[in-house]
Amino acid sequence: MIQHENAHKFGMVVDLDKCTGCGSCMVSCMAENNVPFKEDETRKKDSITWMRVYKLTNGKPFPETEVVYMPRPCQHCSGLGDHGHSPCVSVCPATATDYGYDTGIVSQIYTRCFGCRYCMGACPYHARYFNWWDPKWPEGQENYLSPNVSPRMRGVVEKCSFCYHRYQLAREKGYMEEREIEENEYQTACTTACPAGAITFGDLNNPEHEVTKIVKPDPHPDPMNKNVVGKSRNPKVFRLLERLGTNTKVYYMSEREWVRKAGDNYLDGEWDKRKNHHGSSSDHG
Amino acid sequence: MKIDRRSFLGLGLGAAAGIAVSPVGVKLTDDSSIWTQNWPWTPVPEDGEITYDPSVCSLCPGSCGISVRKIKGRPVKIEGADGYPVNNGGACLHGIAGLQYLYDPSRVKTPMRKNGNRFEAISWEEAISIVAGKLADIRTDGAPETLGVITGSAAGSMPALFKRFLDAFGSPNAYEMPSLEGNLQLTAATLHGAGNTIGFDLENSDFVLSFGAGIIEGWGSPVACFKANASRKERHAKLYQIEPRLSNTAAGADKWIPINPGTEADLALGLCAVLLSKNLFTQGNFTGGFQKFTAVIQKEYSPTRVEASTGIPAADIEALAVAFAKAKAPVAVPGKGRGDHGQNLKEFAAVQTLNALAGRLNQEGGAFVMAQPEYLSFPEAAMDEIAEAGAGKEKIAGSVNKLIEDINGSDKPLLNALFVHNANPCYTLKNTQRVKDAFKKVPFVVSFSSFMDETAMEADVILPASTFLERTEDVPAGAGLPKSVIGLATPQVDPVFNTKNPGDALIQVAQAMGGTIAESFEWETYDECLEAVAADIWDSLSEEGSVVVAEGVPEGTPAVDVSYLAANPTSVEMKGEGDFTLVAIDNMRLTGTIPAASPFAIKTVSDKVLSGTQTVVEINPASAKGLKDGGEAIIATEQGEAKVKVNLNEGIMPGVIGMVKGLGHTFDNPYVAGKGVNVNDLIGPVIEPGSGLDAAFGIKATLKKA
Repeated sequence: MIQHENAHKFGMVVDLDKCTGCGSCMVSCMAENNVPFKEDETRKKDSITWMRVYKLTNGKPFPETEVVYMPRPCQHCSGLGDHGHSPCVSVCPATATDYGYDTGIVSQIYTRCFGCRYCMGACPYHARYFNWWDPKWPEGQENYLSPNVSPRMRGVVEKCSFCYHRYQLAREKGYMEEREIEENEYQTACTTACPAGAITFGDLNNPEHEVTKIVKPDPHPDPMNKNVVGKSRNPKVFRLLERLGTNTKVYYMSEREWVRKAGDNYLDGEWDKRKNHHGSSSDHG
Repeated sequence: MKIDRRSFLGLGLGAAAGIAVSPVGVKLTDDSSIWTQNWPWTPVPEDGEITYDPSVCSLCPGSCGISVRKIKGRPVKIEGADGYPVNNGGACLHGIAGLQYLYDPSRVKTPMRKNGNRFEAISWEEAISIVAGKLADIRTDGAPETLGVITGSAAGSMPALFKRFLDAFGSPNAYEMPSLEGNLQLTAATLHGAGNTIGFDLENSDFVLSFGAGIIEGWGSPVACFKANASRKERHAKLYQIEPRLSNTAAGADKWIPINPGTEADLALGLCAVLLSKNLFTQGNFTGGFQKFTAVIQKEYSPTRVEASTGIPAADIEALAVAFAKAKAPVAVPGKGRGDHGQNLKEFAAVQTLNALAGRLNQEGGAFVMAQPEYLSFPEAAMDEIAEAGAGKEKIAGSVNKLIEDINGSDKPLLNALFVHNANPCYTLKNTQRVKDAFKKVPFVVSFSSFMDETAMEADVILPASTFLERTEDVPAGAGLPKSVIGLATPQVDPVFNTKNPGDALIQVAQAMGGTIAESFEWETYDECLEAVAADIWDSLSEEGSVVVAEGVPEGTPAVDVSYLAANPTSVEMKGEGDFTLVAIDNMRLTGTIPAASPFAIKTVSDKVLSGTQTVVEINPASAKGLKDGGEAIIATEQGEAKVKVNLNEGIMPGVIGMVKGLGHTFDNPYVAGKGVNVNDLIGPVIEPGSGLDAAFGIKATLKKA
């Protein structure tokens, strides 16, 4: 494993109590990454949204109903035991998607992808989308396309890159000025767009970064499940399907218990046991 | 030749060896892999130097500062501008998608004239001369007052320029579309005197009592509201949302108080009554018969009576009033949804009076009574005899909704010509057929639209406007902000099509008309005009991009004239018949007014709101009566009917149907239009006596399985 001493591990935490479901992150992502659009985007399975905002409800009847919105970018899994074997990377026969040990970012190289879609099957988060058609922009709209992200073509898979091109720009600037990049120099398009300030993005390896201060990732494997690394020591913070050991780098935060419970599937009564246990695993961390 | 087993095997082996050794197979595989890697039809965006230019977004009244990222001068992305006094970074989805409007398929690309039922392209010279000629005829006939103007708002230099045109022409008939800012100004005029407006200091309040205001659904200045709302968590501030439906604002609130649709004014007055009876109110500067007001309110809006109309238990009303009065910095906020359409003055005045009784006027975290910003100084318009005569005439109606009603109700044409700027009344006003009928009764309609929208299609001549990214304009931010900020939008790109700044088009029409009208428009261009009339603030405006005209808590306690409420104005009744109440919903990802949502914004809309080309309405499972989730149904009101899909949703009161605003556009843009139903086709207007506002918050409806 290639592991630089000063390797980054970019991740984010989304405060679901602040998220308003307004959709700014989705549109900012589309505009930043040259995501195309079709006449009918209501079939959500073929609607390409690198960032998708889900609506969760507590399932209780009127008037006890509660609703929370959950933005879902690519979770940038570090894989079992944090070794870089993300579910999608492990199954890609074309090495079109790879794990960046220096950034923690899961890449996607469109021109290598031949569209087998194994990665889509492997991804537990539905974060990957297949181009069933060539993108088509109405006349003139190609004029707003950004040169920083290649437009895709029919037959390839695409997904959120944590706006890797923004990292490249910041890194190049830092290189020219012979310095490390600052926290605010590399932020994803969804983070900067969020009018509610619900998304915090940064380097989980850097204790100074806000995201690390909120998440307080446990550097040791979870004693209950050694595949799980980087579990949050903040009792309000959780990850999606954490027990799979995908070790996602997108964390979620909520004051509400039912929201935290919605982050995984539990047997009857299991949640209450776990809930009481939550935080105790961090004693040694 | 006979092929025996031996030669067959020999030939077979030879062929296999030949294929294996031959480069053809490898070559073909290589070629096919190269071929599959060729996408000549995929665009390769041009690279170059990155720059960022500031401007101001005027897509909605929010008026956020934006930063336009460009590659070699070509705009590629819009983002919120850090440090801008309204939004300070952050932007909403409509602003971020702003570049899509530049190249929108439904843009009007060149001046147009209607010939029969079709539009034909004409030159600017021809378009200007047609308009000037028609208007000259109206003046020759001695009826200058029959020229009307409908603008999107009343703020800024563009509406002022249209108003000036009417003055010089000789007509009092200037109208604005309903807006939150307009409603707040009307409320301020009723309670605190003309020339004022109201701002809400949400970011410093510790208890926001929202009467259905969609604080995170586009009410006021959306990004500023989002930020104030998000900071609640750190500030330990509370938000109580009073609304029939679990909107996003209600979902994010500390408490959701479901209320019977349209009874918000009753609740506000009920809370006032509790404050008065429990002596929890602050003795303020009340005028207009405070004794009578106290007596009327306590009698008519006692908690038990208010319970009957609102459906909220009397004990809860009393507790809410006490909690509001006892909070450190409470503020009550009026305006259901975005606070623009379907509002009534009674509710606005009642909510503001609640603020006054709680002693929250001009207090930090309260409601600010502020003077409307006056930063424009136009020289006196030159008026000839015809203009003088016309200006003395009575305005046809008090509001745009009343105007439409009067035009339809009159045998003879009340208006001979109508200008429409920055508005789409044929889509936005309720009962759109009624609006289109009225437009057909106006012999000459001139649209200054950027898009071939529903109203532009009704026009006789279109003078196409450059979009906010292609023109200069002052952008005053109003709409409930606790401060007054003037921004300057600057052209980020040369006009993509043959369009003009509507200010330039208007100046050219005026000059083509000659006489005193031309004298009143003696500027070469709109840019020159703006610089001259905004001279007081021009230096800072042009250098900084914005000027904060007023900020902070205004001084003094404003007078509150309670005579309007003391007279106990009647509440507007809902029209129609049916088991259900249909209410229109504001959804942040759609726009109820102009412009229509962009393709990106439409893409984000949930499949529980729009499914294929069908609107999805939400109802509570308790009132489903055999209707299935995802099933089709026919919704019918006295105004019309439509086929919709049903979403069973626990987050709405039983008996209420929620239908989103912003769908059902009928113009030519496959990404945006032809999707769903325009809720304004199902709800007719109900004009509130006195204010002239269309107060129809909903309509009785039936919902049956299709």
